[in-house]
Amino acid sequence: MAVARPGLPAATTAGETAGGIPPSAWITALVLVIMPALASDFFLVQVFGWALVLGTIALSLQFLAGYGGMVSLVQMTVAGFAGYMVAILGTSGLTQISLGWPFWLAVPVAILLAVLFGTLSGALAVRTAGIYTIMITLAIAAAFFYFTRQNETVFGGFLGFNGVRAPVFWGIDWRSPVPFYYLCLGWAAIAWGLVVWVVRAPFGLALQGIRDNPRRMAALGFDVTAHRIAAYAFAAFLAAPAGILLTWMNGQIAPGTVGIGPVIDILVIAVVGGLGRPIGPFIGALLYVLLRIFALDALVALGLSGQRFQLLIGLGFLVTVLFSPDGILGLWERARHRWSAPLNRGGR
Amino acid sequence: MARAGAMATGEPGAEGGGLARRVERHPLAALLLALAIVLFLWLVLADWPEELERWLGRKRVFVSALFNGITLGGLYFLVATGFTLIFGLMRNVNLAHGSLYLFGGYLAYSTVQATGLWLPSFLVAFVLVAIVGLLLQVLVFRHMEGQELRQTLVTIGLSIVFADLMLWVWGGDFYQIPTPEWLAGPIDTPIVLDVRPNGEAVYLRYPRVRLVIFAASVVIGVLLWLAINKTRVGMLIRAGVDDREMLAASGVPIQLLFALVFAFGAGLAGMAGVVGGTFQSISPGEDTRFLLASLVVVIVGGLGSIPGAALGALLIGLAEQFGSVYLPTYAIVFSFLIMVLVLAFRPQGLLSVR
Repeated sequence: MAVARPGLPAATTAGETAGGIPPSAWITALVLVIMPALASDFFLVQVFGWALVLGTIALSLQFLAGYGGMVSLVQMTVAGFAGYMVAILGTSGLTQISLGWPFWLAVPVAILLAVLFGTLSGALAVRTAGIYTIMITLAIAAAFFYFTRQNETVFGGFLGFNGVRAPVFWGIDWRSPVPFYYLCLGWAAIAWGLVVWVVRAPFGLALQGIRDNPRRMAALGFDVTAHRIAAYAFAAFLAAPAGILLTWMNGQIAPGTVGIGPVIDILVIAVVGGLGRPIGPFIGALLYVLLRIFALDALVALGLSGQRFQLLIGLGFLVTVLFSPDGILGLWERARHRWSAPLNRGGR
Repeated sequence: MARAGAMATGEPGAEGGGLARRVERHPLAALLLALAIVLFLWLVLADWPEELERWLGRKRVFVSALFNGITLGGLYFLVATGFTLIFGLMRNVNLAHGSLYLFGGYLAYSTVQATGLWLPSFLVAFVLVAIVGLLLQVLVFRHMEGQELRQTLVTIGLSIVFADLMLWVWGGDFYQIPTPEWLAGPIDTPIVLDVRPNGEAVYLRYPRVRLVIFAASVVIGVLLWLAINKTRVGMLIRAGVDDREMLAASGVPIQLLFALVFAFGAGLAGMAGVVGGTFQSISPGEDTRFLLASLVVVIVGGLGSIPGAALGALLIGLAEQFGSVYLPTYAIVFSFLIMVLVLAFRPQGLLSVR
């Protein structure tokens, strides 16, 4: 019954980071807020906006895997589901399907439906413990992908929906780069803050207890299954708005967005960044996006064709899992420990 | 159908008078199952009354969906059985299994292109893919024993790398392995589809190669069952599935056993790739399709159980084919629904060993 998760780092137990906010976090936040003054429109949306959105989706995976011990591959699917719902309920280029609801109705309903979808997927995935989770969530993700591709009447088939745009309100055109960047940054910050808060709240602590020893928690009177399903619901709530932002950014949603490739990419982002802390997925996402954009030059420099991007991603992931299972964060922390090790030794 | 039944009786404790005992224990379930089988046989053999044709369409459509479903189930069994064998013994959820399938298909295609020989291509695919599996077990997975999640993540990484390497070598085209002449063309089956007004019966004509391959997968299934239940190596495998630590402690060279089973499971996937390449076609993306099929099959049948893989493969193959005939835009939902129902009511799988 014990959820076997050796080989992956246990997320830092909540409370460890409670001792004030380090200056590096303040600087990062400041740089992110004044980013529009520093970066071009391309960097703002195509690099930072995209990284923030992917990071938020990967954050929902980090929450489940790092604090709940459940590696869920369904998070990208939940995000894509929300994107599909916005396209179906709101306006898109596919007028015969889209219902044309105003955004203030379509967006909340889409998020609600996506949370429902995520919760149901979670309810299925927690029927069995341990390594089954990854299989069941992968099967759900793949089934959803094939379903959207097959289904013409509701999901628009192979081509999906195009012309799904961010709305205009309060006199601001939210699809223009600077407001859209702030939209992405805003949700990423809220999601990050929510995770940091939840893992210190009683629910998050119970979840971490369940991660470490479900039997003991059950014996203490905690409903293990309910906690796990609630974790899925919370993770879906983080991922769904990010999925909508992703759909607005691309202006379209199609089966390719929820394909096996993107689903695995979210796992790669979270694992490479580090499952230990909520900031890990964002680091992974930034790296992924930069690689995605500049891989062509890098690959050509290595003497390979620019199409070998997936090879690079796969090898990077393999190296991470094989040599630094706690991701870049772990690498960074170990490096820091090594530097400060002589001091510690002297102190002891 | 017969295959699943024959294999199911191979479950521990079900030998000898097991069937009779089971019927005694669940009389209602046995009755319903018997009724379903009779109804099924009637649907296949009888001349359909007009009322039924109005409901289900032409009998031809129904019977060919049935045949396609069963033969597809045979293919799924070949893929999933290696997956379930590897998991059962080594607790390794090998998400690169679809890549091994696709690799086998490509290898066979290249072999047939180079030599024109179809049967030897099975051997090439089996041996080379088995070697890949052997190397993976010896070089990678052996060093992370017991770390289930890490192993699975490694297999995900491998599947990304393999997919891109294969795209590099074979490109993005669709390939079909040509059927050898002695297997090409249809075969007349004794199943009557329709009776013409002049009293002449129309028989079902079905591709010979699919029937032959299905028969081969049944033979492989039976041989596997015999190997696992009647040989010494099979005994060791069963012991390892039940209690790996005890088996290792009793002096069995367990690493050798692991390497053999991984190689064999991978080789089966490679051979299934040849079958899939002849049945259908091979192209990038087929790896995930067959990985998904294996996942659903073993979740339904019970992870680690070979009879379970047979039953799951048959169910999923039939669900897919009937779905695509009767409800094309929702076809995938059928297999998915089966998985959901199994997870809801019997999360360990239909024929789970534990």
